[in-house]
Amino acid sequence: MFEAIAFYLFAFLTIVMFYITVTTSQALYALTALAAGMIFISAFFFILGADFLGAVQIIVYTGAVMAIYAFGMMFFDTTRDVKEKKGNKLIVVGLSTVAAILVVLIFSAPMISTNMIAFYPSIEGAGNTQEVGMVLFTKYLIPFEVAAVMLLVAMVAGIVLAGKKMDLSITLMSGAEIEDIKKDQDKKVLS
Amino acid sequence: MEIGLNHYLVLSTILFTIGLAGVMRRKNLLLLFFSTEILLNSVNIAFAAISHYYGDLTGQMFAFFVIAIAASEVAVGLGLLIVWFKRHGNIDLETMSSMRG
Repeated sequence: MFEAIAFYLFAFLTIVMFYITVTTSQALYALTALAAGMIFISAFFFILGADFLGAVQIIVYTGAVMAIYAFGMMFFDTTRDVKEKKGNKLIVVGLSTVAAILVVLIFSAPMISTNMIAFYPSIEGAGNTQEVGMVLFTKYLIPFEVAAVMLLVAMVAGIVLAGKKMDLSITLMSGAEIEDIKKDQDKKVLS
Repeated sequence: MEIGLNHYLVLSTILFTIGLAGVMRRKNLLLLFFSTEILLNSVNIAFAAISHYYGDLTGQMFAFFVIAIAASEVAVGLGLLIVWFKRHGNIDLETMSSMRG
């Protein structure tokens, strides 16, 4: 009973938040609604007994990803309204519905056709975090290491791409030097 | 009323539809990234639900890897967006047609 109430409440909240994210014309509203939706999604993971996944969802998505977006938005002009593509709304909604139903079919087809057998069944008497640790560090050790290397590559790429010209400190320079740098940048943009 | 696997799959479908509609109608690249996050999250819900109802941890493992991929995608994508914004002063998709494909 409580599970049903929690499910419908969080389903409603998540759908509303993501709808706001997709439709609003203010980038800041979209960011805030997306962060709220991420937290509500972690509630589903807790309902489903995937405690560790729920905690990771909160830490990584609302803690790291949303913080990166918030920092990234400081570089952009987010105060003006966002322009939208002008197109046939029926086509957009129809195409996305068809694609989503296809995704569900892909998920559910193997379950309908055969009786699924659990490859790595839950271990009796172990909490979710313990189970996750056992499976992650035995069967999925290599993907785990590859994911770690991928995160390292992403970190280096982020620093290299966003950190250009960060060796110059505008606060320590005099006004004339800043003007020179601005002129150089204007030349580069024009060329 | 018992909540079954189908409830979660339907919810996942609805969220996926919302995200996909966002991807199709957004012009600003930052908001397009937000829509891709919605897509990844909706699939994560499906993975976790299947993992729970079949007593198999593989779904949760894949959800972890999806989260890791989403995090690295955000880092690289935002870096590229910042470079683009420094050059051109906006991040609209229409201005990125320099290859005239």
